[in-house]
Amino acid sequence: MSFNIIKVISFFFLLLVQVLLFKNVVLFHTAFCFIYLLYLLTFPVETNPLILMAIAFAMGLGIDIFYDSVGLHAMSSVFMVYLRGYWLNRITPQGGYDRNSMPTLAVNGVQWFIVYALPLVFVHHLVLFFVEAGGAMYFWFTLFKVVMSTLFTLAALVIAQLLFSR
Amino acid sequence: MERLFLFIYQYRSFFTFLVFQIICVWLLVQNNQYQGAKFFNSANGLAATINNTSQNFRDFLSLRETNQRLSEENAYLKRKLEQRNQSLYTLNVREINDPVLINRFDFLSARVINNSVHQFKNHLTLNKGKKDGITPGMAVISADGIVGKVKVVSDNFSVVTSLLNIDVLTSVQLKRTSHFGTVQWDGANTENVNLLYVPRHVQPQVGDTVVTSGYNSIYPDGLMVGTIDKVDLKDEALFYDLRVKLSQDFRKLSYVAVVKSNLREEQDELEQLIDEK
Repeated sequence: MSFNIIKVISFFFLLLVQVLLFKNVVLFHTAFCFIYLLYLLTFPVETNPLILMAIAFAMGLGIDIFYDSVGLHAMSSVFMVYLRGYWLNRITPQGGYDRNSMPTLAVNGVQWFIVYALPLVFVHHLVLFFVEAGGAMYFWFTLFKVVMSTLFTLAALVIAQLLFSR
Repeated sequence: MERLFLFIYQYRSFFTFLVFQIICVWLLVQNNQYQGAKFFNSANGLAATINNTSQNFRDFLSLRETNQRLSEENAYLKRKLEQRNQSLYTLNVREINDPVLINRFDFLSARVINNSVHQFKNHLTLNKGKKDGITPGMAVISADGIVGKVKVVSDNFSVVTSLLNIDVLTSVQLKRTSHFGTVQWDGANTENVNLLYVPRHVQPQVGDTVVTSGYNSIYPDGLMVGTIDKVDLKDEALFYDLRVKLSQDFRKLSYVAVVKSNLREEQDELEQLIDEK
């Protein structure tokens, strides 16, 4: 029960941190940081994918309200969470996941977490920036944005977990 | 039938995924149209209140600069007014006394409580809304230049489509040569926009002033947009590649004015009458 309350609080906490703080942190007009992905990425491995998608949708929509881009973050978050299930199956560590195991840095180590998070974050950003640009009109600039933002977000995810892991 | 349900159940995760994506696409399409989704934007009460509080803190940090800019603008306007009065006096021009014409444009001051410049489609949120008489489609300007167009209003807040939005096209005019063109942002640099459709025979120069033209239905004509920064003409091209340096720094917007055009309805009605015939 207490676990659920923490999850509910961290939902709103990460949402507010994203829209009040990290919305203003954009490096060189290209590198964005979407720290709210931490919330979706660190859900327990065995979470029901349907529930997780609903949560991703709610989180994305919350972000969208503040970014005035309704549907955009919701779309890319749901997309990322959908692929998360398949990706977690592919990179199962030897001996499988423990019961109630969480795909976090504290449990599985830095290397594993980067392998786990990098493609997912990349796919999220890919959908996000290309849908926002409305197609491939500014292809190379958009791709550059995607790559830089992926690196920035991933660095932030790792640092946040090193700082605040329990 | 049973097999169908079994099939759906088996792939329930994929179907849920599909449903969510369809909802998202629908929302996106809705939002891209002129007046999009009414609720899911930063003009809704809770989001705007949070942004307002956050902006209150930030305002405090830029108080000195904002004050200075406002007083500079005041001085500029006073000088303009005096010049206008003097010229009317010496030329002995009859002043326009028709209050309808004098009050053709009304300016409403508003504070920017949320602003973005880094996305492809940027928006601002203002702290005035329906209650103050703002309606979608009104122009938003600042002391330095044009800012955007009101997109959605709620009771106390409004969302403005910024000029820094890759979908926005604005009709402009070269002040020196009076040629028309269109301004569009390319999503890359917050300080520049591209000036399109200026034909070959025009000779634009670096430093030329670009102002809004009277052809667009949003902005009053003659408002500052920026100055030409780079002139490029390819051999086979029909039009120049021009880059305009914006006079307004969009990263530093704090106070703006919403332009209420009191005669706009009349103009629209009249023009519609012609279209019907």
